[in-house]
Formats: sequence, C-alpha cells, structure tokens
Amino acid sequence: MAVYTLSINGRSRAVEAPEDMPLLWVLRDLLGMTGTKFGCGMGVCGSCTLHLDGEPERACQVPVAHVGTRKVTTIEGLSEKGDHPVQKAWIQHDVAQCGYCQPGQIMQAACLLKKHPHPTDAQIDEGMGENLCRCGTYQRIRAAIHTAAKASAPAGPKKAGAK
Amino acid sequence: MNTRRDFLQKTGCLALAFHVPMELKSFARSPEAAGSAALEPNAFLRIAKDGTVTVWATRSEMGQGVRTSMAQAVADELGADWSRVQVQQASSAPRFGDLGITGGSQTTKTTFMAFRKVGATAREMLVEAAAARWKVPAKECVALNGQVKHEGSKRGAAFGELVEEAAKLTPPKEPTLRNIKGMGHSRRRLDGPDLVTGKAGFGTDVRLPGMLVASIERCPVFGGKVKSFDAAAALKVPGVKRVFQVTSGVAVLGEHTWAALAGRDALKVEWDEGPAAQASSAGITAQLAKRLETPGKSVRKEGKGAAGLQGAAKRLKAAYDFPFLAHATMEPMVATADVKADRCDIYAPMQAVGLWMPMLMAATGLKAEQIEVHIPLLGGGFGRRAMPDFLMDAVECSKQAGVPVKVQWSREDDMQHDFYRPATHHELEGGLDAKGNLAAWNHRFAGGSIAASLGFPWPPESTEVSGAGDLPYAIPDLEVEWAQSDVPVPLGFWRAVPASFNPFASECFFDELAHAAGKDPLAWRLELLKGEGKRKVGQESVDLGRLRRVLETVRDQSGWGTAKFRKGRGHGVAAHAYLDCDTYVAQVAEVEVKADGAIRVLRVICAVDCGYAVNPENVKAQMEGGILYGLSAALLGEITLEKGRVVQSSFKDYPVARMEHMPKVEVHIIPHADFVPPGGAGEPGLPPLAPAVGNAVFHATGKRLRSLPMTPEKVRQA
Ligand code: FES
Ligand code: FES
Repeated sequence: MAVYTLSINGRSRAVEAPEDMPLLWVLRDLLGMTGTKFGCGMGVCGSCTLHLDGEPERACQVPVAHVGTRKVTTIEGLSEKGDHPVQKAWIQHDVAQCGYCQPGQIMQAACLLKKHPHPTDAQIDEGMGENLCRCGTYQRIRAAIHTAAKASAPAGPKKAGAK
Repeated sequence: MNTRRDFLQKTGCLALAFHVPMELKSFARSPEAAGSAALEPNAFLRIAKDGTVTVWATRSEMGQGVRTSMAQAVADELGADWSRVQVQQASSAPRFGDLGITGGSQTTKTTFMAFRKVGATAREMLVEAAAARWKVPAKECVALNGQVKHEGSKRGAAFGELVEEAAKLTPPKEPTLRNIKGMGHSRRRLDGPDLVTGKAGFGTDVRLPGMLVASIERCPVFGGKVKSFDAAAALKVPGVKRVFQVTSGVAVLGEHTWAALAGRDALKVEWDEGPAAQASSAGITAQLAKRLETPGKSVRKEGKGAAGLQGAAKRLKAAYDFPFLAHATMEPMVATADVKADRCDIYAPMQAVGLWMPMLMAATGLKAEQIEVHIPLLGGGFGRRAMPDFLMDAVECSKQAGVPVKVQWSREDDMQHDFYRPATHHELEGGLDAKGNLAAWNHRFAGGSIAASLGFPWPPESTEVSGAGDLPYAIPDLEVEWAQSDVPVPLGFWRAVPASFNPFASECFFDELAHAAGKDPLAWRLELLKGEGKRKVGQESVDLGRLRRVLETVRDQSGWGTAKFRKGRGHGVAAHAYLDCDTYVAQVAEVEVKADGAIRVLRVICAVDCGYAVNPENVKAQMEGGILYGLSAALLGEITLEKGRVVQSSFKDYPVARMEHMPKVEVHIIPHADFVPPGGAGEPGLPPLAPAVGNAVFHATGKRLRSLPMTPEKVRQA
C-alpha cells in the first residue's frame, strides 16, 4: 500500500491503494467516481475508457502506480456542464440504449475527434472499433460523431473534403 | 440437474408464470399523498406545486426505453408539458403493487392502458379543480402543455397552481381516455443527460455505507459442488475481510472490488465436479441429432401433416444447427443486498422482481413487506437478468457477513455461468406438387427446454417453438415436431427466446423451397399469406394483412426485383410475426461475401408494425438493437463445452459485433390511421435478421449456410 496523488478532472486527489490496483477500481471504489464502467477488466471492451494526458486509455489496464503525473480525465470531467460537443451530439441522436458502454464510447469519441476532426466512416470504424456496445447503438454513435465534428470545427469539412 | 434448479424448486416459486398478463394491480395512493402539497392520485404519479410531473416506472430499464415510454403514456393523457416530466423507478414497496416481469417485449402492450389511466385520472382532477375555481363546466376545460384552459372565459392555470385544490378531490374511478390514433411522439430518453455524464446509476454503481464487495469462485462444471477450500492465502491479501462458502461457490469479501478479485485469485478450491464433467459440445451435437431418430411431440399439424410429403412431386430436405449462446450484457451480473434481522434492502438490476419475491422471502426468512427491492439501471438485460442467481448471491453473502454486500461478477464469471440460449438441431423437409406449389412442410427439431431446465411448471415446449410452430404460410399439409433432449447446461431466456433461432431454419428453408420451385422468395411469401383477417397458426393467430404489409414495405423500399448487385453481393428477405407481443417485422438484408468467406452486412431495410408506436424514434432504436444483437448471433457467437466447462471466457473468444459490423439500418414504421393497440419492440427486430442474411448470402454466392454462426470457414466450405 502506498499513497498516490493523482490529478483527476483538474483536482488533486490523494488515495491509499495497493500499487497494482487498476485505476478503474481506484476511481470507482476508493473515490466513488462511478461514471467509468467495468465491462471486462482485461482491456477488450472499452467500457472503462478515460483520458490520460488527453490520450484514450483503458482504466482497467492501468495500475495506479503507473499513472504518475499524467492528468486523468473521466466522463465526469469531460465538460463542466455535460455540454461537450460529443455529449451534446449523443443527446441529439439519442444514442444510448442501456447506456452502460456510453461513457467509454464518449471518451473514445472525444479523442478520435481530436485526432481526426472530421473522421471518415473508416476512421470511425477503426477509432471506435474496440469499444463494444451490446445494445446496437453503433449507427447512432457514428451519426453523433459526424454531428459533433461539424459542431466543434464547422470550417473543417471543406478542408477535409479537399483531401 | 443443477443447484440453481434445485434452488428454484425448493423455494416454491414455481407456481408463477412468465406469461401472466401484467397490469398495474395497485392504484393505492402513496402514504404521503393524503394532505400533501402535491397531487398524487395514485402511487405512480406526483404533480408538484412547481409543476414538476414525476412518473414512477414499474418496469426495469435495460435500454429498451421503458422509463421514457411509460412516462409518455402518462404525460400524453395528462396533457403535461414534456419538459417538466421526470421519471423515478418504482421499488417492490407494497404501494407499487406487483412489479411483474420486464420481458417478452410485454411492457408497452400490458401497461400502456393502465399508465394512460394514471394520467387521465390526474387530468380529470386538475380540470375539475379549475372548473370549480372558475365556476365553469368541466367539460369546457382542456388540459394541454401543463395547463388547464377555459376557452370561453380565456382563463388558464398551470397544473402547479391547481395542485392544492385538485389534491382534495376524490380520484375518478373510470376516467375518460383521450382519443388517440396513428403514432405517438418521438421523445428523447429522459435518462439521456445522466447517461452521457456518468451520473446514471447502474447496478454496479451501488455503494452503501460499510459495504463489502464479494467475488465468488464457482465450480467450472455446471452443478459441481465445493469439496473443500483453503482460504489462508486469500485472507492474507490486503483488504480481504472474509471468505466463506455460499450456494454458488466460495465467496471472497473485500473492502473493494480489487481486493475481492485479488483474494479470489489466491483462493484454493477443490471441486466435486459431478456428472456433467464429461459433457462436451461434440457429445451434445451427437445427442441432438440422435434424438431426432425417434419421434418428438407434434406441436402443430395441418391437413395430413408430415404424411402429406408422400404425395409430393418434388421433395427437399435440409438440416439446420444452432449453438448455445451467452447473453454477454455489457454490465456483468451484479447485485447488492443489505440483510438485517427485520429488514432487507436489495439493489439489483433485475428484470423479474415480481417473480422472485417468494424466493427472497425464503432466503431471508422475512415477510414480503420487510423486503424492498430497488431497481437501478440495467447495463443490458436481454433475458439474462430475468434469472435470480446473481441477486441470491448478494442476499446470501450479506446474510452471512452481517453487512451490506455487493457481489460483482467478473466478465469470465458472466460468460461461463450464464443461462444459455439452447443449442438445437433441425431437420426440415418440404414437398412441391406437380405445379410447383408448396404442398407439404415438416419441421422436426431437438433441443433442451428452457422451461424444463428452470423447473418451471409449463409444458416443456412452451419456451421452444415460436418461429417454427407458428409458420404463417398457407401449406395444406404441415407438421412441426419438437423433441426434448435435456442437456447439462443451464438454459435461459435470450432476446426473442426461440424466435432467435427457429426463424433461421424456417425462413431459410422456405427460401430453399422457393428457389426449388423457381419462385421469387418475397412474392411467394406474399402469395402464401393471401387472405383477409387472421389465420390460425397453432395456438395463436396471425393477422395476414399486417404481415403482408411489412413484406410489401421492405420490397418497395429495397428495390426488390430491380436492384442490381455486383459480384459477391446480394440480398435476402425474411419476416416474422412476433405474436406474443403483437408486432410484425420484415427485413431485407444486403450483404457482401468476401473472397475469404467473410460476410459483411451492408444494409438492412426493416419494416415494423407494432400498432400504435408510443415513441417512434425509440421503436427505431429497438429495431437497430435487435438487428445488431441478431447479427452477433448470425455471424459471430458460439458457446462451446469441453469437459463440462464453457470454453469461452470473454469477448476475446466470444466475439460480438463491433462498429465495423454495423450495417446501415433503415427502419420503416407502418403507420395506422386508427388506434391499433401497441405491441412490443425489444425483441421483434431480431428474428428476421439471421435468415435475411442467410438468404442474402445464397443470393450473392449460391451457397446455402445452414448453421450459425455463419463464419468465413463455413462459407468457404459450403
Ligand atoms: S473494462 Fe476495461 S476494457 Fe473492458
Ligand atoms: S448502450 Fe447498452 S451496451 Fe451500449
């Protein structure tokens, strides 16, 4: 057991945890931040996706000791008012069914849009391919990503289209 | 056969049936209602002075949108301002009555009228209060958008302003419902904002003061028992508090999930694996095929039945096979219980609260009114959460530990200790007369029975024959025969139950016969569905016009008969009348078959007639969901057994559809001019998908696939 000081959603949080405890359980069980979901615990479903220094990571695969000074962003901290363009697009398209996979989907999509502000369908297939949804919301996820892309970089389509 | 079944039998829950009509039984006003500052005509609705309308949903939300659609039923009758409507979840507290079962796509069908009545009751009270205040006749007042208005005197009052006076009135016994027809409104999910911000509370998110988290090691072989266990190493793991035996195995309780999981890793258990330890998929496949060498039970017979084949000019025979399937809900099984000497609170994402109360009473030794089951959101259900095993884990652990306990299943637990969709083997034979008419049909199939496996007191075939016994086509001599063949695998309800597999056999074989007869498969379906009104199909009856109309819709929308396809591409059609929930669906699937045999479904054109679509956009979402769940089964999913153990343990070896698999889905909802009672939507989108894909693969390649999943290997070998 050791004490780790983590930067989570812009706040510094100290937790005492075994060093191999995945960030997922640190967040959920020690800090009571339950937005990040457990789906497999082995890095194959994407339910636990969050950002470390802006990169998508599977929280179930990151031992707390490896987080270091990297900034953790969870679904709770993606935006202050739940109005990140991805969240807004998700509501607009009524993406969620059961909703369990959606925090992970949204965190993954937010990163995808940073990398590809106007992703093609093939880029969406690739970028979102490891985030599973059993309820069948993929079509709406795709549409919502395109909507969010337009909303966050309205000038973009022309440039992207020029390629 | 297994401990779970014994448990069901011992606890005396067997008299309860799944198919009881589920109505709102209780209209009791909540204890807080009398003299409250809000209008609460019954337990399911509260209108506050600030105008907020709160509806209590009595069915579990697992993604099918019932929390929103139940609130809509109330709000539309009430004339509420939708932006002021919110939803709460009813618990098993007596004032809500029996919560029944969320399953069988029954929620809307069985509760819509009752919830409309809830809304109409409050509307009449508000109108009466306004009329009295304004001294005008009540029938001249209307309730709309959260206001009561009187046109003649140009007066109006918001619901909130009328609440105090309305609350003093006696709720009308038989309020008049509004005249509705056509379709409802597409409303966004009330839970939407919470679902995108991580605030929504699922079963696994439950946290109680002093709670421990448990992980249970179960015997890898179904029905196996603990011989002995050594907890010494587990108890040394930091954070592990207790280790003890429970019905389902050995529980390791920790301060948090990670401690429980790490402790469980260190646990040593010796098992008595029991008689199922020799079971294998190969053995079960052989057993099912052998079973058809002897007669089963004839579940439907028309004309001369199977004997009619003898007179046929041309006969065709084929065998179809299906594997076991796991549900693989995104949220693994989980439940939390707090069992005390005189009270028990359970927080379980479950589908069948009404069904398992007697079992909870037996396990806790408490009376129904001392037990309250709270229903958080379900991270997927698909029938899996109709089973009680995961909540009994929590009840047992909490009782034994004396503190609140959350039992969290791992993904491996979830996949290897499911109640699986039955594996089945089918043999079909069809006969054409000299003119190429479909003269005879014989469908024989063998498999386990879900009802029998669970020890339910229903006929064993009752859970197995939909999609086979209700074949809707006019065939003079027809017989369907089901042969029970028990397997050492727990069976359960999987989205669409037998209609998740039977239609692949019947709708693909129909296609085979169409090709043999030189007929267009879609036109032939329509021809054999000619006629007015309803046709009796076994115990049920099918509305021919409604089934034809969904087929005609996909024909017209898909360019059937005129669409051109490049090499390796093609399309196929299938339809299914989901009679249990009164919904008709047809689909045309367009596929591409790659050189390596991989099937890609490009587009699915889906027509659905679910009567009055309460929330059309949600109906579409449910079709998309059913199609995708069906697609995983059509192309990817298979649970196999070796040495009595489920081989698959995660999404690595039990693949499910991903983003790249999602076809473009176009849903057409059949409009009705009048009011047609609403049917269900959660399951009916699934049954036609696999046969439409199988038929499309044939159209594209000339290869007929008769076993699921349709893997690239099977395509290459076909
Ligand atoms: S829980 Fe982390 S990838 Fe599945
Ligand atoms: S919305 Fe249910 S798993 Fe994705």
